[in-house]
Amino acid sequence: MLWRYEVTGIDTVTLHFGDAIDIVLVERIQQAAGALADKLGQRLIEIVPSYTSLLLRYDLLSDDLASLISSVTETLSALPEVETNKRGSRVVEIPVYYDSTVGPDLASVAAGSGLSIEEVIQKHSAKVYNVFAIGFAPGFAYLGEVPSELAAPRLATPRSKVPAGTLGIADTQTALYPLESPGGWNLIGRTPLRLFDPDRDHPALLEAGQQVRFRAISRSEYLELEGQLDDLPWAPEILDESICGDRK
Amino acid sequence: MNHQPGFTFTKPGFLSLLQDGGRRGVMHMGLAIGGAMDRHAWAWANRLLGNAYGTAALEITFGGVEFISQLDTQISITGAEVECHINGEHRALWSVINLKTGDHVTLSAPKSGVRAYLAVLGGFQVKPGLGNSCSTFTREGTGGLHLDGHPLAAGDHLPCGSNAHTVPNRKVSEHWKPDYRDELELSVIPGAQIARFPAAVLETFFSQPYTLTPQTDRMGARLKGPALEVIGKTLISEGTSLGAIQVPSDGQPILLLNDRQTIGGYPKLGAVTPRSLDALAQRTPGTKLQFRPTTLHEAQQEERKFLKFFSIDV
Repeated sequence: MLWRYEVTGIDTVTLHFGDAIDIVLVERIQQAAGALADKLGQRLIEIVPSYTSLLLRYDLLSDDLASLISSVTETLSALPEVETNKRGSRVVEIPVYYDSTVGPDLASVAAGSGLSIEEVIQKHSAKVYNVFAIGFAPGFAYLGEVPSELAAPRLATPRSKVPAGTLGIADTQTALYPLESPGGWNLIGRTPLRLFDPDRDHPALLEAGQQVRFRAISRSEYLELEGQLDDLPWAPEILDESICGDRK
Repeated sequence: MNHQPGFTFTKPGFLSLLQDGGRRGVMHMGLAIGGAMDRHAWAWANRLLGNAYGTAALEITFGGVEFISQLDTQISITGAEVECHINGEHRALWSVINLKTGDHVTLSAPKSGVRAYLAVLGGFQVKPGLGNSCSTFTREGTGGLHLDGHPLAAGDHLPCGSNAHTVPNRKVSEHWKPDYRDELELSVIPGAQIARFPAAVLETFFSQPYTLTPQTDRMGARLKGPALEVIGKTLISEGTSLGAIQVPSDGQPILLLNDRQTIGGYPKLGAVTPRSLDALAQRTPGTKLQFRPTTLHEAQQEERKFLKFFSIDV
């Protein structure tokens, strides 16, 4: 496994595994993160995977950079090459109600792609996505990559409030907002699942390296799964059934 | 409702947050680290009372706090130069203060500094949240007294430890008390991305003053000064380090602080040392800052000395 490290702070080093975003790297980094957690567990305060790198934070009172790097080298050299056929066993299925009531940019994404709304939903939910990184907010998973027709630039003016569970597209990435927050992604639907729950053993539903598939659900299934429709911050008239009824 | 005796706040202040040493093992979930912004004042507040390093204290930004004690205990107040009165009587900061049940404590707005720390004998008895920390995260809506990220509010009741042994009425010697009005030199550990900054740009950065702007909070400190030119603007997002000096396209540096996002893609010149950030946490907008390069070795020596000093029980 090829890697290099950079000192990034008083008690952090960043391991770099490549210079371009590539799903093979995400798996390699996941494998490295797992091995380092196993072998160096207590010595590492944080192990933070991202697209091409892994940030490690160590304990200054019990460790030093030279011995840490030596242990990291030992651990990573002992790793076998990634078995690419091991994937697929960890696909997390996320139900999504794709609709303009909960995804106010669905129509503009369709218009930009030259596809119908139904085709956008079909294409977006047909693909298995990879979690490239977690960041921005608790449990916020950057998923890639969307079919090229669906790529859409971020909104010029971000919305001040996007409800938890909302699904968006920005450029070739797609992501769900785990908590209500401001956001500039193109919103196309919403899941009834709780993506982040501090009271769970694993508060974040998704983590880097996982695979995700979206399953389009109807309005009635969304409501059955306790999906919410009463906290939508955008134009209230859009909630009117006569304007935007159940498409499914 | 918690009926353990404690402090009932009649005035919560502008921004008062429970803070400890911060979270551990959470960044991979996108959770911020948090923790006291000025660890020097925070650690002294605890040390005076014999509390272990890492004990939660109240970080009081811009003062303006009033509370009533429901128990006999001891407190200490360090950091920003607020006026402390108990039942109208003036008390010194950076010292152990005895409190009786019913005592009315007021803390004014600071004359210098930004953040005062209020610690109590035995620590505040608050259930830790994610990452085994009591720190409060307003942006995330996590942690703190009610685990919902809310700052202290009027009417809040902070339960206090009751079985700790009282400590002698000691105080911190003048030698250890910083003057927060001083101009500030920040030590920088150069990072590998420093190669993206032309030599002339680095000379400017390390010789010209930068000003702390009001766009500064627990996430980051925005500075204003000569614009820094970066070669190749965007990077692939990677995990962020405390104190990282990130340079967005406008060339005005932003220092990443305790509540920073966990990953980011701006080029980073290096990282300001935690000891420098402690001092920065007490500076008001408009303060002139000077950067000085240091080595990882020197910075780690200084940090280890700090941690060792405060890790020893007294």
